[in-house]
Amino acid sequence: MRKILIAATTAALTFAAGSLSAGAAEKLKIGLVYLGPVGDFGWTYQHEVGRREMVKVLGDKIETTYLENVNEGPDSERAIEQLARTGHKLIFTTSFGYMDPTLKVAKKFPKTFFEHSTGFKRAENVGTYSGRFYEGRYIQGQIAAKMSKKGVIGYIGSFPIPEVISGINATMIGAQSINPDIKVKIIWVNTWFDPGKEADAAKALVDQGVDIIMQHTDSPAAMQIAESRGIYAFGQDSDMIKFGPKAQLTAIVNNWAPYYVQQAKLAMDGKWKSGDTWQGLKDKMVMMAPYTNMPDDVKKLATETEAAITSGKLHVFKCPVVGQDGKPIECKGGQNLDDGQILSMNYYVKGVDDKVPGK
Amino acid sequence: MLVLEKRAERSALIAVASPLIAIVLTLVTIAILFALLGKDPLFALKVYFLDPLNDPYSLQEITVKATPLVLIGVGLSFCYLANAWNIGAEGQFLIGAVCGSWLAVVTHGTEAGPWVMPAMLLFGAAGGALYALIPALCRVKFGASEILVSLMLVYVAELILDYLVRGPWRDPKGMNFPTTAEFDSVATVPILIEGSRVHLGALIALIVVAGAWLLLSRTIKGFEIRLVGVASKAARFSGFSSDRLILFTFAVSGALAGMAGIIEVAGPVGHLQPGISPGYGFTAIIVAFLGRLHPVGILIAGLFLALTFIGGEMAQITLKVPLDLTKVFQGILLFYVLACDSLIAYRLRLIRTQRKVAHEVANGPA
Repeated sequence: MRKILIAATTAALTFAAGSLSAGAAEKLKIGLVYLGPVGDFGWTYQHEVGRREMVKVLGDKIETTYLENVNEGPDSERAIEQLARTGHKLIFTTSFGYMDPTLKVAKKFPKTFFEHSTGFKRAENVGTYSGRFYEGRYIQGQIAAKMSKKGVIGYIGSFPIPEVISGINATMIGAQSINPDIKVKIIWVNTWFDPGKEADAAKALVDQGVDIIMQHTDSPAAMQIAESRGIYAFGQDSDMIKFGPKAQLTAIVNNWAPYYVQQAKLAMDGKWKSGDTWQGLKDKMVMMAPYTNMPDDVKKLATETEAAITSGKLHVFKCPVVGQDGKPIECKGGQNLDDGQILSMNYYVKGVDDKVPGK
Repeated sequence: MLVLEKRAERSALIAVASPLIAIVLTLVTIAILFALLGKDPLFALKVYFLDPLNDPYSLQEITVKATPLVLIGVGLSFCYLANAWNIGAEGQFLIGAVCGSWLAVVTHGTEAGPWVMPAMLLFGAAGGALYALIPALCRVKFGASEILVSLMLVYVAELILDYLVRGPWRDPKGMNFPTTAEFDSVATVPILIEGSRVHLGALIALIVVAGAWLLLSRTIKGFEIRLVGVASKAARFSGFSSDRLILFTFAVSGALAGMAGIIEVAGPVGHLQPGISPGYGFTAIIVAFLGRLHPVGILIAGLFLALTFIGGEMAQITLKVPLDLTKVFQGILLFYVLACDSLIAYRLRLIRTQRKVAHEVANGPA
């Protein structure tokens, strides 16, 4: 009798313990490290939208945690490691500057999966993902050339890294297809997120006579300046129409949500693998906000260009791409520049009357 | 009505108790905040303050975070004790980082020996000291406000650093990103505990704390600093020059901030880049005052503030509260420290207003 009792108890306990640990194991903890505050209404906000989508789709099968405003210095390594230490098995690090810290932590936690956004260094457990933002830039360049009365685009740049430089070039190539004499004025603010500096740059550009502002920074500050000064602007990362109902022509929207959900599912099924994902309009990782505040013919042109890029009929960096010195850039991709060339672009194309900082 | 009334004598008891009262009041306030956010306040405080102390990794990270705060804070206390207001430690931190990094950049990829790292620390300290002497000299020679000049020089320092890593010092293999190449191993601060990020800087900070304590309590210079701060006229009669003292305290504080800068760069960061300081130079002001401008106090205050950063992260992870709570928390702490400090020289008294008294004279007490 006693033996049976013990056996029964043991069985019951084992069963309970088994179901408990199974329940705990099923719940995948996902961590995200953000550069800005979730309320930046730009870059970080879109990653937050991705996180919320994961929660919506996967419900209580996952638990998510984010750390916001993590500076790209020594704090980021600790933030990433804290997440890894607290049992987060899939960690998204969402800024270029987190690249080396991500790799350092990944080495210490070989069983944790890391996804680094916009970087180029990978490892067994570190994958990268980014959007082909330059595709949207090309469309914006065409719109800008149509809409600017003065033929000058104001451009607020963050850091002169290839991602940003290829954006400037794509804008110019798009704009030149409409107006070969288009000019661009570039201001580098040397930060991804600093609404004060971004607004100052926008004001300076308006004072210099530009009537369209484009930005490669994270907050809607420039959009607000454009709205108050009565000129046009393009939203960045996120649909910023709320901040410029009369100013926004369109916006490049970073749509991470489907990718996040997909990677989380792969991690849950034990099928996650390190990879390099770089998707654009076709895969909807880059999307265009509605075309607003423009006449119908411009809207039509933009829609057609978007369709052409989506279908693959039009490549933004179609050869010959002509450098500032008037000579064509080597064409490694057959018809167009290959991905490696776009990802390491550190020169301006013809028509940009400026010089890449530090070159 | 409540009024502040000047005490005849400074209250020694309150002077010691004030930071403790401030911390207790902060804890109570933050607990109320947690409760309002719908979190169990006791559990929240445990996550925030006790959990990091139970975990070796968090303890190591607290040390890493506290190192620059303590170094800068001790330096600032020299200034503040002598009534010289150096608000620009952030700039001195950056210039120290720049000056020390220069050596790392020019010796990069050469056969330079192990002298590089100590020399970098010296360069960093010298650079910080010289940079701090600019506002001090402006004050002494032209009577310019050292508060404004030192603060404005922070922005100048940021731009100098920016220019260097964007131009001449940029890593050619860094995809145009504004950073120098990773420092060679002879140009990095050695790690003290294997497998952690705790580096030699922590030891240097402890030595600086001990040295500052000796200097302030056991030497004439220390006496002079304290005397000028408390009674500048008396100090002048005793032949101490307040001008010389301003230069001295600014130089010391700049040197320590500069050293903190190069240690941070040659330690946890490993290369020079913009954004190496998440405001250490400003946070250290809180540290200096929270530590009662006493070296040991500053050591404790530095560790405590580092704890609020690490705990803040734990709270984000475990309690899912926003980072802003950490900032609110630090703001509340400084507010209470300053508020409690005014109780050292003043006392609160409840008095009745004139009108009420007149009313009572006419009609009898209510």
